[in-house]
Amino acid sequence: MADAPQIPDEADVRAQWGDFAFTDANMARAKELISHYPEGRQASAVMGLLDLAQRQVGAQTNTQGWLPIPVIEYVAGLLDMPYMRVFEVVTFYTMYNMAPVGRFHVQVCGTTPCMLRGSDDILDACYKRGMKKGATTPDGLFTLTEVECLGNCASAPMVQINDDNYEDLTPERLDFILDELAAGRKPKVGTQEPGRQSVEPVGEPTNLAAMVTDNHDYRGEW
Amino acid sequence: MAEETAPPAPPPFVGPLEDKDRIFTNVYGYQPWTLEAARKRGDWDNTRKLLEIGQDQIIETIKASGLRGRGGAGFPTGMKWSFMPKESRDGRPSFLVINADESEPGSCKDREIIRHDPHKLIEGALVAGFAMRARAAYIYIRGEYIYEAKVLEAAVKEAYEAGLIGKNACKSGYDFDVFVHRGAGAYICGEETAMIESLEGKKGQPRLKPPFPAGAGLYGCPTTVNNVESIAVSPTILRRGAAWFSSFGRENNRGTKLFQISGHVNRPCVVEESMSIPFRELIERHCGGIRGGWDNLLAVIPGGSSVPLVPAEQIMDAPMDFDGLRALGSGLGTAAVIVMDKSTDIVRSIARLSYFYKHESCGQCTPCREGTGWMWRVMERLVTGDADVEEIDMLFQVTKQVEGHTICALGDAAAWPIQGLIRHFRPEIERRIAAKRDSAPTLEAAE
Repeated sequence: MADAPQIPDEADVRAQWGDFAFTDANMARAKELISHYPEGRQASAVMGLLDLAQRQVGAQTNTQGWLPIPVIEYVAGLLDMPYMRVFEVVTFYTMYNMAPVGRFHVQVCGTTPCMLRGSDDILDACYKRGMKKGATTPDGLFTLTEVECLGNCASAPMVQINDDNYEDLTPERLDFILDELAAGRKPKVGTQEPGRQSVEPVGEPTNLAAMVTDNHDYRGEW
Repeated sequence: MAEETAPPAPPPFVGPLEDKDRIFTNVYGYQPWTLEAARKRGDWDNTRKLLEIGQDQIIETIKASGLRGRGGAGFPTGMKWSFMPKESRDGRPSFLVINADESEPGSCKDREIIRHDPHKLIEGALVAGFAMRARAAYIYIRGEYIYEAKVLEAAVKEAYEAGLIGKNACKSGYDFDVFVHRGAGAYICGEETAMIESLEGKKGQPRLKPPFPAGAGLYGCPTTVNNVESIAVSPTILRRGAAWFSSFGRENNRGTKLFQISGHVNRPCVVEESMSIPFRELIERHCGGIRGGWDNLLAVIPGGSSVPLVPAEQIMDAPMDFDGLRALGSGLGTAAVIVMDKSTDIVRSIARLSYFYKHESCGQCTPCREGTGWMWRVMERLVTGDADVEEIDMLFQVTKQVEGHTICALGDAAAWPIQGLIRHFRPEIERRIAAKRDSAPTLEAAE
């Protein structure tokens, strides 16, 4: 497939990541995750540990991270699982990156609810900045992926960039966000619609108006 | 002799809901999600007293309330809980798994519960877990809900520290743990047995049933999988009584429901309303009407991407509930209402859903693995009209060959939107094919 990510050469990867190990903080977190599951069921923690590992790779490379083969082997060893069982998990779930990504992973939702609200224009805005699906810009900043419904349909269209959602987008609002990120600043996350709190109808409240200004207790009216 | 006649039943309440009857009062997140704030809104208010109702009586109350599962299938929640064993004969514990893998295109309600009202969910987990005699609850939250998972984990921590869950939860003498399990991006994990596989650390591929999870689920132990909304409403039902909850909506379609309206309305939103509220009332009251007016409405997908679309004239005054939408050949699903006006490229909208199902097919069953890709490729050609008219029937045939021939319902979910399109918009597909044919250069001229 022409747009398949380019997985780096394995010898290079082994040279760079062969001695991967969790930091102390991540190891503590890994142990905590494993403790959530019954004795002997530590394989249940594989998804959490892979996420931790990918984040650590990201932190060490100033990117959003990915999962080189030695890192997958490390997680398999920790959980006493066959490598192939862990590799299967990596390939099955879309949030594990099988190849390096940039500092900002721009994930544009293109499924029908976002499409109806203009996700085509959002993708075009990304293309105009030189981004290509499945690729990282030459400056290493932006990786573009079109993703499937991220569950922000009442504030569509949206993108998820790293851990944050940006909703109610227009091409101009997205451009602003990407410029801010590139400049090292932190744009407001969540809805970009001025005056909107989250997923309420924009404008005058149609329900729960008392909650806007006060943590109202409705029990007295039951 | 005249036949005895019963007095006419009062008409069912079908909205609009008053604020005092809304369960998710902080759904918009104007107020903090924290334990302190949630308590002021009435959560965790003497939960021990709710547990003292007793396990069987809790299940009876939920049954009597008429609550049907909010994750799409609409199975009666109380009945589902009653399938769990009352005692463990072989020492196996029971588990509650809460499905927070909200991934159905159009659905965005569990996210609001989790990030703005997480304590309703955690309290519900305790009440439901206690009623079904579960040892622990695993909340499986979709991986992309990163902020939401952070909130939920923090809320669980608060609940542990306050002694509300964990050992001797709420001083009831019952031990109950709640764990958050993050997914990593796979729609199929919303299917209950795929979710169990994923919780066990495997690829999320659905299991054959039977055995059903209530017999052998997570780690081979009795397990019930419930949607977030079903669990989160249960403490309020117990507090206010089954009769209160069942006073909303039509017979067999009771309660309040979070509707999620997206697409071509003036003000898309998530809103809790009475079940059975007429579509027009829902849209007029909360969404500021259809973009361009009611004459501009083309079609609606009323329950998330898996249900067939309904043309404008049929849905306008339809009741938004399980039975009302089934009568239109569609379904309530998760109550994710995707509205499309007349500017919509309807064929492309459905083709994009076909791509979604192709992308999300887990690859286990051949009809789905091969069929979703095949259907998507044909749909893409129908978008541009690059097809023969006969292929419409062939496509319909193939959807029938996928539907019902797979382990889980993803195959059905991929087939239904296409069937709905062909059923209601066949003339539009044929028009595109004819337009393409007429615009094609004739071969003779090229020779």
